[in-house]
Amino acid sequence: MKKLEEKIFKILMIGSTVLILSILLYILYVIMKKGLPSLSWDMISKIPSGGFYLGKEGGILNAIMGSLYLIFFSVVISLMISVPVVMYLNFTLRRKSKLAAFARLTFDVLFGIPSIVYGAFGFTVMIYFGLQASLLGGIIAISLLIIPVMIRSIDEVAILIPNDLVEATKSLGATNYETIKVITRQLLPGISTAVLLSVGRGIGDAATVLFTAGYTDSIPTSLTQPAASLPLAIFFQLSSPVEEVQNRAYAAALVLTIIILTLSFAARYFSRRLSKNKI
Amino acid sequence: MELMTAPSIAEQPTPKAKSSSGCLRPHIEVENLNLYIQNNHILKNINLAIPDKSITCIIGPSGCGKTTLLRTFNRLHDGSVDVKITGKLFVDCEDIYAKDTEVTHIRKKMGLLAQRPCSLPMSIIDNVVYGPRIHGVRGKRKLYAIARHQLNAVGLWEEVKDRLKSPASKLSIGQQQRLCLARGLAVEPEIILGDEATSALDPISSKTIEELFLSIKDKYTIVLVTHTLRQAKRIADYVAFMYMGELIEFGTADQVFNHPKHKLTKEYISGGFS
Repeated sequence: MKKLEEKIFKILMIGSTVLILSILLYILYVIMKKGLPSLSWDMISKIPSGGFYLGKEGGILNAIMGSLYLIFFSVVISLMISVPVVMYLNFTLRRKSKLAAFARLTFDVLFGIPSIVYGAFGFTVMIYFGLQASLLGGIIAISLLIIPVMIRSIDEVAILIPNDLVEATKSLGATNYETIKVITRQLLPGISTAVLLSVGRGIGDAATVLFTAGYTDSIPTSLTQPAASLPLAIFFQLSSPVEEVQNRAYAAALVLTIIILTLSFAARYFSRRLSKNKI
Repeated sequence: MELMTAPSIAEQPTPKAKSSSGCLRPHIEVENLNLYIQNNHILKNINLAIPDKSITCIIGPSGCGKTTLLRTFNRLHDGSVDVKITGKLFVDCEDIYAKDTEVTHIRKKMGLLAQRPCSLPMSIIDNVVYGPRIHGVRGKRKLYAIARHQLNAVGLWEEVKDRLKSPASKLSIGQQQRLCLARGLAVEPEIILGDEATSALDPISSKTIEELFLSIKDKYTIVLVTHTLRQAKRIADYVAFMYMGELIEFGTADQVFNHPKHKLTKEYISGGFS
């Protein structure tokens, strides 16, 4: 009986792994098959020219740059907010404090809110301040979306840091600031994972930027200009009736995937190097 | 509870204590100390003068407040909001719980050795010189000299001199504990606090640590919380016995172990309870 149980679970585990892997591979296969033929140097080095969406010349550089701008600034802003929040939750408040528990619950709820809601919320805030769809609006909305992701994933690591480490540094006469530096060093692998997750979530999200960042055929040169983004580029091209344009959507998807994969590997590589020793 | 005044050393402070601060009292003196966590009375009216330049062991059954007392010495309770402390605690004649006392300079006077060694997330050498660095010592050569000196003092130099740059977490747990001691010594403290510093170590490593304590006790005032009576018997010069948050008896090791005055002490030492 025991043996049977074990076998069933083993099969279940292997089955799920294979299922997930094959879905991933199938997705990659589809975007490669449909996207690769349309992927050209023009595609990633030019902005759309007139009639691009009807199958004429041009590329999606506007969306690539727009997405990179959006995600870069959002990640920087979110880090500046999330790291102090995690420090406060873990090292200023007691581990079992009610406020900390309530805050964690709140972040979980925020984590679960669909991105379109952040988009809509960001949109109302923008209207209130009289802002139009712009890079700035997009950055704010994406930051709202990824801050809970970041806090929760850094928090997971921070929880594991023993109080001994805090006491060890403090007992050497370190000030709070110096203690925080040591903790941050210990947190680096967690922070890099958090950045990775947030980049993945933020860069691939269409709903948040739909109203807030808008869409444009040019590369934004200031915060108040609208910014294109890859998910929306995919969306608009895919809804075109021209088959060539549809295929370009897959090429754009391929570009997005490559960006995410590159960032993931880079982050892994650096976090491994960082966590090995000192900064 | 009657306070057994610490023996002669307490009345004859060492020249160093005298010259450094003009303080005629022992390094650590506790006066009517009470500590409450939430509303539980954890430490009850503790009066204690820890003799300089010797090893004082605090013994007692678990939950008697040994560790709590030790942690009051360098204000490690500061971070916890529900701890309330009354009474006075003098370190070099300075009441460390007075309002305007600055905590980092009190802590700099004490090295703390925790139950489990806790190396900082950096290389071996950076661990040792972390303290000096944050207190403003600069210069590669100077820091290297400090590291070498302190690692030698804890007998770790020969073992690690070829891999000073590798992460401290790669050392064995016994080596890490010695590293932590070296790190503590590097800030040039006068006092060393050990919170069951050998309980997580294997017998050989813990013997090394004990021998280290013995070899440096003429330079430092050492206070150890220990769970093992045998360890206290091996290394203590003075012994404080605590029970249920009270200091029951304090005296020389010989006096407490061989001629305990209090019934509870006698029972505890003979293994009546633990």
